[in-house]
Amino acid sequence: MGALVSLDTLLADRRLWRGQPTARPASVEPTGHAALDAALPAGGWPESALVEVLLPADGLGELRLVLPTLARHTGAGRDIALVAPPYVPNPLAWRAAGVDTARLHLVSADARDALWATEQCLRAGCLSAVLCWPQKADDRALRRLQVAAESGQALVFAFRDARAAAQPSPAALRLQLAPGQLQVLKCRGGLAPAQPVPFPLH
Amino acid sequence: MLWACLLLPHLALDTVLRRHPSPEEPLALVGGPRPRRVLSAVNEAAAARGLHRGQPVAAAEALCEGVRLVDDDPARLARARDFLAAWTYRYSSQVSTALPGAVLLEVQGSLGLFGPWPRFEAALREELQALGFRHRIALAPSAVGAAVLAAHQDGLAVTSHEALRRALASVPVARARLPGGVAPALSRMAVRTLGQVFALPRAALGKRHGVELLDHLDRLLGQAPEVLPLYQPPDVFDAKIELNYDVESSQALLFPLRRLTADLAAYLAGRDGGVARFVLRLGHEDRPDTEVVVGLLAPERQPGTLFELARGRLERVAVSAPVRTLRLVARELPPFVPAARELFEARPQQAVEWPALRERLRARLGNESVYGLDPVADHRPERSFKRRDGVAEPAPPAVCGPRPTWLLHRPVPLRDPAPRLLAGPERIETGWWDGGDVQRDYYVVETSRGQRAWAFCAPGERGPFMLHGWFA
Repeated sequence: MGALVSLDTLLADRRLWRGQPTARPASVEPTGHAALDAALPAGGWPESALVEVLLPADGLGELRLVLPTLARHTGAGRDIALVAPPYVPNPLAWRAAGVDTARLHLVSADARDALWATEQCLRAGCLSAVLCWPQKADDRALRRLQVAAESGQALVFAFRDARAAAQPSPAALRLQLAPGQLQVLKCRGGLAPAQPVPFPLH
Repeated sequence: MLWACLLLPHLALDTVLRRHPSPEEPLALVGGPRPRRVLSAVNEAAAARGLHRGQPVAAAEALCEGVRLVDDDPARLARARDFLAAWTYRYSSQVSTALPGAVLLEVQGSLGLFGPWPRFEAALREELQALGFRHRIALAPSAVGAAVLAAHQDGLAVTSHEALRRALASVPVARARLPGGVAPALSRMAVRTLGQVFALPRAALGKRHGVELLDHLDRLLGQAPEVLPLYQPPDVFDAKIELNYDVESSQALLFPLRRLTADLAAYLAGRDGGVARFVLRLGHEDRPDTEVVVGLLAPERQPGTLFELARGRLERVAVSAPVRTLRLVARELPPFVPAARELFEARPQQAVEWPALRERLRARLGNESVYGLDPVADHRPERSFKRRDGVAEPAPPAVCGPRPTWLLHRPVPLRDPAPRLLAGPERIETGWWDGGDVQRDYYVVETSRGQRAWAFCAPGERGPFMLHGWFA
């Protein structure tokens, strides 16, 4: 006798692929970008998970990707944190994007402590989203973040250099950013779309 | 109300003797103005050599060579009184040191815990003995009555007003703490004891000796309410643990640290307060103490949180020498306001509140490491934000052109062979009045790698560009 698995939970879990298309339930974590939502199997960000964003260079729209989500979270009265950001987040522009900067917390840490701080922020459970820029993170460190995100029910975005694309990653969603487009490298609960998602610069 | 009086007839002397290495040697306290200094108290050995109170210092030194003379210090006396009051406070919440040389405590409410009275009294005597204070104890329904009875007869305990009147009847008027001048006047009238005073007609007594005497008699008998200034525990927490051995690792300090922080938390809970900042002092054998300051942004009083924070700070300190003592001093004890939370809140089980998380991060990463940013109404990009450590304030909106989401800490040259100008110029020319003069033309630039940059150059020119932000 194996463990009994309820059919409902199995079907609700997006890890199971069914032959015929069904109406997709509305995602609880929409990205705010319609084209990206349509391309992702969950219809938005995976819940309480690690999202890895790979960038060849800064300034390609990596913040525009997450700002609608952050605006939604702070608007709902949840706190978010940036752990060791590479630049100063300009509060005027963030506010213009709808983010409540009073709920935005910055943590400055060196590369060694940044992963620790990120994990603490995630496990605490009082932050709904954490952004981090891990410099030298192996897949074990990323797995820790993934587990911490699950236990703290928080969304974590890890921004990494595009050279890390070849490394294996435990992230629930991996996106590669290029000028004007987004490539989904991996997504839990479905096949990654082969075509890049258009992501206009402005 | 039942008042116990701990009368300390030799308080000044005992305060010196209890810390003295050899109390059996002749010792005398010296008081009085400088040229005519006299002995104010002597111990037994000195009394056996013929020294007595009121003797001039020169005579005492002639009588007994090598007598130790100690200055009478009012501050020391006050400290001893405070110490005794703090010690007594654990037996009763109403403690007073208003009467000189005596500690009064209300014991009616304490008898349920420490009683009955004979056992309570034995405990008090045993502890006072151990502390090194000679004492007399009496119990009475009025505070002044207890003090008078303690001076009259050690160990007397009366619990009813009638018994108090009978017990007081045999007390000589000179010992009844009567208002000034009344006792000699009464003895000139051949009134020797309080019993005789009680027998005199009240109206005539009041007319002859004043209303103060009647008031005093009423308070003595417990017939008039008594207003005593009560002892308040101090607003400083200061506890110290002496370690019996040299401690060289911070791990071995954790156990005493846990005790200290637990004591602090109990103290804070008792006064319904929190702690905003406390200092750990690590005492060494022959070096100045190492100080570890634990600062919090919001008052806290959970023993576990306090311990974790102190531990975080302690583990980062490099201690130069073995530790002999551990002391915790907390002076800033603001009121503690518990955060209001919803009753049914769907939260992860091990959820930590943001203030607790912030303190944990600050403990490891440094005090300056967790902050927020507020916009400032200034057109210079480098001055358009400021750090926020506490609560955000509503900020003024002051945007004209496009502003990037990332700002560089300081502008750097834009290394790009062919930047494409998308928007601009937006001239920012301000700050000539405060020394931060800025004259720049800002452009939105697309680099050859497809990045959106915010760059500036000198007014009226088209390069070279300085990169100041990313439209990320």
